[in-house]
Amino acid sequence: MHRMLHIEPSLCTGCLQCEMACSFEHEGEFNPARSRIRVFEFEHGRTSVPYTCTQCVEAWCMKACPTAAISVDTQLGAKLVSPEACVGCKACVTACPFGTIEFNPTSGKVDKCDFCGGDPKCASACPTDAITYVDAGASGVGRMLASAQQAAQGGAS
Amino acid sequence: MSWQGKILRINLTSGELTPEPLNMEWAHDYIGERGLATKYLWENMDPKADAMSPENALIFATGPLTGTNASTSGRYAVVTKGPLTGAIACSNSGGKFGAELKYAGFDLLLIEGRSEKPVYLLIEGDEISLVSADKIWGKTVWETDAWIKKQHHNPMLKIATIGVAGERGVRYAAVVNDLHRAAGRSGVGTVMGSKNLKAIAIRGTGGVRVKDPKRFMEVTDEMKNLLAKSTGGLTKYGTNAMMDTMQEFGGLPTNNFQQVQFDGADKIDAKAMLKTDETGHTNLLTNKACFGCTIACGRIAHIREDHFTIQNRKEYWHASGGLEYETAFAFGPVVGVDDIDACTFAGYLMNEHGVDPISFGVTLAAAMELYEMGVITTDDTDGVELNFGNAEALTIMAEKTGKQEGFGEILGMGSRRMCEKYGHPELSMTVKGQEFAGYDSRALQGMGLGYATGNRGACHLKHDTFDVDMDDQTGEGKAEPCKTSQDWTAAVDSSGLCMFTMGAWGAPEFAAQLDADSEGEWTAERLTQSGERIWNLERMFNLAAGLTRADDTLPERLLKDPAPSGTAKGRVNELDRMLPEYYDLRGWNEAGEPTEDTLGRLGLI
Repeated sequence: MHRMLHIEPSLCTGCLQCEMACSFEHEGEFNPARSRIRVFEFEHGRTSVPYTCTQCVEAWCMKACPTAAISVDTQLGAKLVSPEACVGCKACVTACPFGTIEFNPTSGKVDKCDFCGGDPKCASACPTDAITYVDAGASGVGRMLASAQQAAQGGAS
Repeated sequence: MSWQGKILRINLTSGELTPEPLNMEWAHDYIGERGLATKYLWENMDPKADAMSPENALIFATGPLTGTNASTSGRYAVVTKGPLTGAIACSNSGGKFGAELKYAGFDLLLIEGRSEKPVYLLIEGDEISLVSADKIWGKTVWETDAWIKKQHHNPMLKIATIGVAGERGVRYAAVVNDLHRAAGRSGVGTVMGSKNLKAIAIRGTGGVRVKDPKRFMEVTDEMKNLLAKSTGGLTKYGTNAMMDTMQEFGGLPTNNFQQVQFDGADKIDAKAMLKTDETGHTNLLTNKACFGCTIACGRIAHIREDHFTIQNRKEYWHASGGLEYETAFAFGPVVGVDDIDACTFAGYLMNEHGVDPISFGVTLAAAMELYEMGVITTDDTDGVELNFGNAEALTIMAEKTGKQEGFGEILGMGSRRMCEKYGHPELSMTVKGQEFAGYDSRALQGMGLGYATGNRGACHLKHDTFDVDMDDQTGEGKAEPCKTSQDWTAAVDSSGLCMFTMGAWGAPEFAAQLDADSEGEWTAERLTQSGERIWNLERMFNLAAGLTRADDTLPERLLKDPAPSGTAKGRVNELDRMLPEYYDLRGWNEAGEPTEDTLGRLGLI
C-alpha cells in the first residue's frame, strides 16, 4: 500500500519535535537543519506548516538524476537516495518543484524523506497529530468526513 | 554529551571575537543556563560596576538540555547586572533562538565592553562577525527581524534584538527573540542597548548529541507522556487561566495594589480570549509552542480591526503574541483596564518596542495613582488623562514608553525612580526597584517572602509557594517552601528546560533526563544542591554590589494596609515573621550574608 505523510497545519504548534526526531533518526543527533521535514511559520506564528517530500509518483528528482541514485520503494511509494550512487551533482535539487530534496554539505550527498523504512519518526514524535502516516489512497477521507459531518449538521438544524 | 564545549567571548570595545573552551568544571557545579551564566558573570566583572557601563558583562547562555528533544528544550538565559535594581539580572526566554545558538556551536555568549557605533552580532555557520547596525538603530523589534533576514538572504536566521526602548535606556527594556518571545524582565535589553549592540542573529546548522542516545530517547519519551497528563489546561487556556483563580482568591493586584480584586477580570481572562463576540471576532486564534515544547501554552491572538487602537493602523491588522497571565495583569487589573483589545494591543507594543510589560504596567499604575492624587496633571502627561481604567491612556503610554516620547520617558525610569521623582516613594510597588508580578503578597504570604528575597527584585518565577499559599494565608511555615523552591527553580532555570514542567516533573525526572544527556552523574540531590549553590552565588553578587538586608523588604502598602477584600481580607504580609526564619534556614547571618559554613558546604569558598 502506498503511504503518505498527511499534514494538518491547523494542528501544528510549531514545536519542531518532528525535525528533531527526523534528524536523530538519520544523523544520530538533534539537528533541525538536517531534518527532512521542516516547519515553516507565517504571520507571527498564526500558522505553522510542516513541509516535506510528497513522494511524487512521477518524481522529478528521480528523472533528473544522471546516476540513477534515486529509486522507488515499491511497497511504500517512497523515493530513496542511494548514498553510494549519489555524486552530489544537485540536479535533483534543481528539478524538485518543492525544494524537499536538499544537498548536505557535510556528506556531499542529497537528503530526502524516506519514510524511515515504514515507521516515520516525525509522525510518531508529533504531539498533536498534525503529521500522520496514512494510506496514500485515502488521504482526503478525514477532511471529507469532517466536511460531510458539517453538511449533515447544517441539514439538521 | 550535549555541550558543544565552546563559548564565544565578544569584546565590543575592541571588536575581538574569541572562541574559548567551555569551563566544564563550572558546568558541573552550576548546571548551565542561569547558573552557568551567573558563574561567568561573577568571574568576569566587578559587581560594583555601573550596570550601564562597559564594565558590565552581558551573557546569553544555553542549558545542557537546550536543543535536545526533551520537552520545552528551547530555553536560554540572559544574565547581567541589572539597570533597574543594581542587583543581578537574570531573565530567560523560549522561542527558537536559544536552540539555534547551540546548533551554531556555542553554549554561551559572553559580551563585554561597548561598541563605539551600533552593531549586531551575526553568526552564520562558521562565519562570525560584528556588522554595522546603522540602518536598524531606531527600528522596532519586528522591523529589525525582517531587515536582518532580508539583508543576509537568510529567512532561517533566528534573531534576538532590542527595540528603541533598549537603545534609549528604558530601565526595563527587554531582549525579544522570534518576534514575541522575550527575556523580558530586569532590563537585560537596557544593558544590551548601553553596549550599542542592537541584535544577535544566528543560523546554526550543527547538531547536538547526547551522552546516552538510547536511554535519552526512552526517558524523554516517558517524560513527555507524563507531562501531557497534567498540562492540558495550560495548552487550552494558557497561563491566563490564573486570572480567575486570583480574582476569586483575592490576590489580584488592582489599581496599583490598592485593591486585590478586579470587577473586570472576566472581560480579559482566558475564557474571554476564547469567546466569539457579536461581530464574530475571537481574540485567540491558536496556541503556539516554543522550541521543543509539547505543552504549547503560547497564545496567538488578534485585535478587532474596528477597535479604536488600530482602526486606522492597518499595520497591526495581523496576528501576534496574545495575552498571558502576567501581561493581562499588567495591562488589566493593576491599571484598572478591562478592554481585551486594548490589553492585546499593549502587548503587541511591548514586543514591538522591546519593553517588559510587567514593569511597564506597574509603573503606569503608580503614575495613575499619582494622577488621581493630583500630584501630576495633564501638564505632565502630554494631555492624557491618566485615570485608572482608561484603556486609551494605557495604549498611548505603552507606545510613548516604547518609543521614548513625552511622558514615556518618565515611565521608562521605572516605578521606583518615578515615584521618588514626584516625592511619593511609597507608591512604588517594587522590591529592589523591580516591579511586582500579578500576585498580592497579603493573600499569598510565601509569594511575598519570595518577592522580598528575590535576587533580581520582585519576581514570581524564582520560587514556587503557590500551593502552600493557597492552603494557608499566614506566614507560618512559608520560609521553608520558599527557600526550597527558590533553590529548585534555580536548578530548573539552569537546565535548558521550562519551569512550566515543574508540576509534572520533580528533581528525579529532571535528573533522569540530564543524566542521559550530559556527562557527569546527575542525581536529584546533586541538582538541588547545585540550585542552592546558584542561589547563594547570586546573593553573593548582590552583597558585593552593595545590597543589604534592608533591600529584602516589601512596600509599606503590603506590610501595613490590610487587604480590603477576598479571602485574605484584613491581612497584611507577615514578612517580619518569615524573614528571620528564612535567613536561618539558608544558613545566613542576621545581616543576610551566607556564613562561612554555608559557603564551605556549597563549595563557594
